[in-house]
This record gives sequence, C-alpha cells and structure tokens, in this order.
Amino acid sequence: MQVPSMLRDDLLTWGRSHRFRHHLRSLHFSDEAVAAMGLAESGRTMLARGLGRSYGDSALNADQILLDVNGLDRFIHFDAASGIVECEAGVTLAAILQLLETRDSDQRWFLPVTPGTKFVTVGGAIANDVHGKNHHRAGCFGNHVLSFQLLRSNGEILNCSPNSNPALFQATIGGLGLTGLILSARVALQAVAGLWLEAESFRYENLDRFHQISSASLTDWEYSVAWIDCLAAGANLGRGVFTRARHVAPAPGMDQLRFDSHGQPRLSLPFDLPSFAMNRTSIGIFNTMLWHKASARPRRQITHYDPVFYPLDAIGGWNRLYGASGFYQYQCVVPTSTARDAIRELLGLISQSGQASFLAVLKTFGTVVSPGMLSFPMPGVTLALDFPNRGFGTLALLDQLDRVTQSAGGRIYPAKDGRVSAAAFQQGYPGWRQFSTMIDPGFSSSFWRRVSAEAPLTRFRPL
Amino acid sequence: MKRVVIFGATSAIAQAVARRYAVDGARFFLAARNAGRLDAVAADLRTRGASAVEVWVGDLADCPGHAALVDLAGRALQGVDCALLAYGTLPDQKTCEEDAAEALRHIGTNYSSAVSLLTQLATLMCAQAYGTIGVIGSVAGDRGRQSNYLYGSAKAGLAVFVQGLRHRLWSRGVRVVLIKPGFVDTPMTAAFPKHGPLWASPDRVAGDIVRALGSGQATLYTPWFWRGIMLVIRLIPDFIFRRIRL
Ligand SMILES: Cc1cc2nc3c(=O)[nH]c(=O)nc-3n(C[C@H](O)[C@H](O)[C@H](O)COP(=O)(O)OP(=O)(O)OC[C@H]3O[C@@H](n4cnc5c(N)ncnc54)[C@H](O)[C@@H]3O)c2cc1C
Ligand SMILES: NC(=O)c1ccc[n+]([C@@H]2O[C@H](COP(=O)([O-])OP(=O)(O)OC[C@H]3O[C@@H](n4cnc5c(N)ncnc54)[C@H](OP(=O)(O)O)[C@@H]3O)[C@@H](O)[C@H]2O)c1
Repeated sequence: MQVPSMLRDDLLTWGRSHRFRHHLRSLHFSDEAVAAMGLAESGRTMLARGLGRSYGDSALNADQILLDVNGLDRFIHFDAASGIVECEAGVTLAAILQLLETRDSDQRWFLPVTPGTKFVTVGGAIANDVHGKNHHRAGCFGNHVLSFQLLRSNGEILNCSPNSNPALFQATIGGLGLTGLILSARVALQAVAGLWLEAESFRYENLDRFHQISSASLTDWEYSVAWIDCLAAGANLGRGVFTRARHVAPAPGMDQLRFDSHGQPRLSLPFDLPSFAMNRTSIGIFNTMLWHKASARPRRQITHYDPVFYPLDAIGGWNRLYGASGFYQYQCVVPTSTARDAIRELLGLISQSGQASFLAVLKTFGTVVSPGMLSFPMPGVTLALDFPNRGFGTLALLDQLDRVTQSAGGRIYPAKDGRVSAAAFQQGYPGWRQFSTMIDPGFSSSFWRRVSAEAPLTRFRPL
Repeated sequence: MKRVVIFGATSAIAQAVARRYAVDGARFFLAARNAGRLDAVAADLRTRGASAVEVWVGDLADCPGHAALVDLAGRALQGVDCALLAYGTLPDQKTCEEDAAEALRHIGTNYSSAVSLLTQLATLMCAQAYGTIGVIGSVAGDRGRQSNYLYGSAKAGLAVFVQGLRHRLWSRGVRVVLIKPGFVDTPMTAAFPKHGPLWASPDRVAGDIVRALGSGQATLYTPWFWRGIMLVIRLIPDFIFRRIRL
C-alpha cells in the first residue's frame, strides 16, 4: 500500500525559530526508501530528516518533502575485533554507545567522534560531518566513515567510499543531505583504554589564558573544550571553565559499567518558558555563579562519559527554555593566524550586546583534514553560542558577527545556522560551486535555496 | 537464555520487543512475509546480542501452513519460552463498508489466521507444559466505533478467543497474555496525524509488553492510561455514544 505523505506544520529544528509546512513521509525499511524516490515525480524536492538536532533551516525543506529516516534504525554488523560497525543511517549515536556498553569484548571501543548530544543519527552525523571535543586528534566524523550506501532520487543505490564513487563520497560527507539519502554506513570506531574518563575542570581568567591552556592540553588530552562567560568584559573577557578529558583503563570496581542512560532523559521541559526568563540579569547571575563555583586549579575526577560529553542530554527539551520564539545558535571558526584578534573582537561585540545566553563554548580545532568537500572545521578556533530570538535586533547582531568572521577568513557552521547571507556563506566555502554539481536534482533544503542564491542581497545595511 | 518465537517479526512493535530480548542473548525464530525486511531485522538482533536467529518467510494468513510452521519453530529452538503474535493489518473502514470480500480478507488475517496459529501453538505449548503466549489485540476491540469497527471486531473476537485459551492452558502451566496497545507510532498508523500525548513509541509499548510476558498477567493495556480511557468509553450509554463522532 502506498502511504500518502502527511502535511505537517509542527516539524521544527532544535532552535525552534523556523516554522514551515512540510510533506512528511516516514521510512522504516530500505525498500520503502527506494519506493519513496518516486515522490520526486511530483515536482517537489526531498530532504532526509534525522533527529532534528540541527538548529536552523539546513534540516528543513519548506513546502517540500521531508523523509523521516528514524525508522531505518537497524544494526547490520559489528565486528568486535576490528571495531567496525555497520548500520542503517537512522541508528543513533546513543544506540551505538548502548551496543558498546552491552557487548562484551576484550578491546573497548568508543565513538570515534561525538558531538555534544548523543541524540543524533549516523546519517545526520555524516551529512553535517560533525566534530567533537577531540577534533584536534581525530578530525571529524567523516574521517572515520569507511563507506556508505547512497540512494539517489533516480532510484539508484551507490556504494560510496574513498575508492568507489569518491567524488560523491566527499560531497556527501558534510553535504547537508543534498546529495541523496544515506541508507547505511560503515564506521570505524576508536579503540580506547576504557569507557570511563579521567577528566579535569577548572576556571581560567581571560582569553590569553584560554589559548595557553588549550595549546598546553592538546598533546596529553584527547578531549578539550571551554565554557565561556560571554557577559564578562574588559580584563575578564573570555573567562570561563576549561574541561579536558581522556579515556582510562578500568580499575577494580570500575568495570561494572552499565548505565541505563540512553533512553529518554528523566527530566524534561514539557512547555515553553516565557521569553523574559532568559534576560541579561538572570544570565549574568548564572554565569558569575558558574564561574566562581568552578575550582581554580585542575582537579582530577574519574567519571562516566555522559556528564562530560552530553551534559545537556540530561534535560529533555531544554531548547524550550528560550520560549516560543526559539533561538539561534551562532557557531563560527576562524583560522589560527587570525584567531586571537577575531575571537577577542567577537566576544567584545557579544558581551557589549548582552544578548547571548549562558550556553557558550570555545574550542581549538586541529589540523586533521576531513574528506568532506563542504566540511566546517579548519585549523583554528571555533566559538559557539546561543541567542534567544528577539527578531531584528538578534539578526542584526549576528550579521555583525559574520563580518568579523568573514574578514578573519573564517566561516559559519551550516548545522547551526538559520540566517547567514548567501555572500557570507559563499565566501566561507569557496568549494560550494563545485559541490553544487554533485547535488541530487531531487533533493534540496531551505538553507541551500537561501545560500546558493546567485545575486545575494544583504538583508541588513551595515550599521 | 530465552527462546522466543515471533509471528510478524517485521512489525515495529515486535522489533522493539525483540531488541529487548536480544540484549540478554535470546534465541529467536522469526516469521514474516517480506524476506528482505526480515533479513534486516535478523541482522539487527544478531548485532544487538541475540545468540541465534532463524527465519521463516511466508504469508501468515495462509492457515494450512501453520502446523508445519509451529512444528519447525519448536524444533529449531528445542522448546519455546515465549511466543508473540504481532502481525496484523489495519483495514480502511470505508472500503470495507462497500466491499465485503475486502472486509473478510482483514478478518482472515486479524482473526481467523490467529485462531489457526494459536490452536497449533497451544498444542505445542501444552506438550512442553511451560511457556508464555503473547497476543497483540487492540483497544479498538473494546467497543465498536463507526470509524474502525471492522478492525475492532476482529480484535474483539481475538480477545475472547485468547481469554478462553488462557483459561484452558492455565492448568497446563502455560500463560496467555492479551496485549492491548492504544495509539502507537508505527507504519500501521502512517496515515494518522500523530500529535498529542496519546501517541506512544513502539519502544515504550515494548517495555510494557516484556514486563507483562514476564509476569504472565492476563491483560495488558499499554500505555497504562488506556485502561481508564477504555473503561470510560465502554461505560458510555449507547444513546449518548451514537451522537459522538469517534
Ligand atoms: C545539544 C547539541 C549539541 C551539539 N553539539 C555539536 C557538536 O559538538 N559538534 C557538531 O558538529 N554538531 C553539534 N550539534 C549539531 C548536531 O550534531 C548536528 O546538527 C547533527 O547533524 C544532527 O543530527 P540529526 O540526526 O539530528 O540530523 P538532522 O538535524 O535531522 O539533519 C541534519 C542534516 O543531516 C541530513 N540527514 C539526516 N539523515 C540523513 C540521511 N540518512 N541521509 C542524508 N542526509 C541525512 C539532513 O538532511 C540535514 O541536512 C549539536 C546539537 C545539539 C542539539
Ligand atoms: N500501531 C498501533 O497503533 C496499534 C494499536 C493497537 C494494536 N496494534 C497491533 O499491533 C500489531 C503490530 O502492528 P504494528 O503497529 O507494529 O504495525 P506494523 O509495523 O505495520 O506491523 C504489522 C506487521 O504485520 C505484518 N503482516 C500483515 N499481514 C501479514 C501476513 N498476511 N503475513 C505476514 N505478516 C503480515 C506486516 O508485514 P509487512 O512488513 O510485510 O507488511 C507487518 O510487519 C498488530 O497486530 C496491530 O493490529 C497496533
């Protein structure tokens, strides 16, 4: 029976600031996915949807078709000797972690790269070529993808790897879902000493200290990241709490690792908070408390990976903190050569505006090159922070930040974006034109229609 | 290690149940009609920890094959701890109002074939004198409603059959559990708008099912609040009910 697609106006992304209508088709088996390619004949374009953990419009396709791939969530094979996992594209990183905790093997394996939430699909991780706190060592998720099956709108299934269809392999990694639908993938896991982490968290006073600590931590620590107090100014600009971690071998008493932590979070925010809840005063108090609470000197702790990698996953639907109008996340990277000045300038603008929320992070990227044509990371420093959506004022500030990023030779992260101008995107990703020749004609997204516009207009005049 | 037989193993609810058993190393015999889909399910369960998975491909509405099928399942696992009937179809009520043959086809799958299969299964379970049979009915069987009574009537018939079977097998050491899910987000309900708190995920329902099969309880409403909802719906007098569009 051919199921019609459903008209839905409630499909949002994590920032909840874009409200579009979509034709939704849910897929559960790969034969259904192949059949769904026939939808392209309606003249509408398609786009895969994972868990919607992207923030803006790169996972949306206004008035067109979304193909929900969360039902393609089966494992195909796991080889405990080589650490290679093969699975359908809707399998979540949480499901892989659960598999790794429950399957016994002599060698311990872990995700090669993980973003700040485990509730993302393998397809989504490939399409945004996600990075984690170990970018300086491991590069992106795409660096560990051995191959995948790509379904094109003409019904063809292509096996893509560095040797087979290499151009499509490179285009699909970080390809924002535009090259077709990933059906399944083979991913090489990371061999680790154990699933437990040895972690240190401590506060630091300013940006210069961040750069010092960060470069001093790169060789000995697999994971590093800093939370920053984005309201601190002057001599305190860029102050924050630095966290670094590495895997440790199990010691007696630690090997009973079996957490029931991969289901839905126990705490959750079932409704929108009123939008005034997040204001400069409340965030200022919160940030100052958080900073002072952190220890002044590194204190070592043995911990489960959940609180280190996925602190926000503990609260379901935390994105509703920002009220019904949602929020924007701004994430950019600036190259090493300009990073010090550019980050100072960005943080200065943000602190001055008083608009950002308490969720702000800073991280140094390494030099590992991803196969992805349109991958976001480059050697340098990345800054990510949330802004409650207050309309024009918010967008104007973000455009201002874009100008700093652009003149520093940096770029923004499409997974987080819902507003960048075509000009700023195209300058940041010089490979975009070559990439666009690899796009499947049956696929598109709201983000792509916006940033690939030929004669980009600036929406806001320079202030 | 549990030995588990699933009829309709490609059902979303059945898969979610099977995954929970697989993590604990269960051995499976899986029956379904779509070979490609069944292979994908089998590979998934093996990867998640199942110690063995055997598959059988065929149309479960084809009753003459049931005796051989049940026999095969029993021999493959050398004893069955748990059998789950999960296959089913959701007919289009409007079509069935005009096409009696179509209506009977769905009664055939959802009721008659289940009777045939359960009859064979009962013989096997009686002979071994242990084990649990789970049958997926539906809250739709609790009261006939204009929008869905063809399906509801099959599930209602199934409920009474299962009730009697439980009665008969109790003294033989075999438990029979009737499972009544409410609205579950699966391919079967693809054509429904799935908003609101009444919709549950297959995984949530599966958690309840595994618990009920473990305890051998008579009837399971899942999620739990359907017991109350259906109580109210059953109690509404007909002269009021006929004015409600349900
Ligand atoms: C709390 C939080 C922390 C985060 N931290 C990080 C971080 O540290 N680093 C980082 O890189 N990202 C981070 N992210 C972003 C997130 O990792 C990415 O947006 C990720 O791609 C989301 O995956 P998803 O399954 O939700 O996909 P969606 O958001 O649903 O889709 C993302 C893209 O993938 C495409 N896609 C999905 N499935 C398929 C498929 N089967 N075939 C083809 N295309 C497909 C979609 O079309 C879309 O373009 C974070 C997000 C949150 C909410
Ligand atoms: N979803 C709900 O809201 C809900 C509510 C109450 C009760 N239920 C009951 O739950 C059970 C499972 O359904 P589900 O929700 O998991 O939906 P589903 O995923 O669509 O599962 C139905 C399964 O039945 C199989 N099937 C149908 N006819 C068959 C036949 N003749 N031979 C072999 N297999 C056959 C289908 O196989 P194919 O994949 O090959 O089509 C499919 O795997 C059903 O009994 C249903 O009535 C569901």
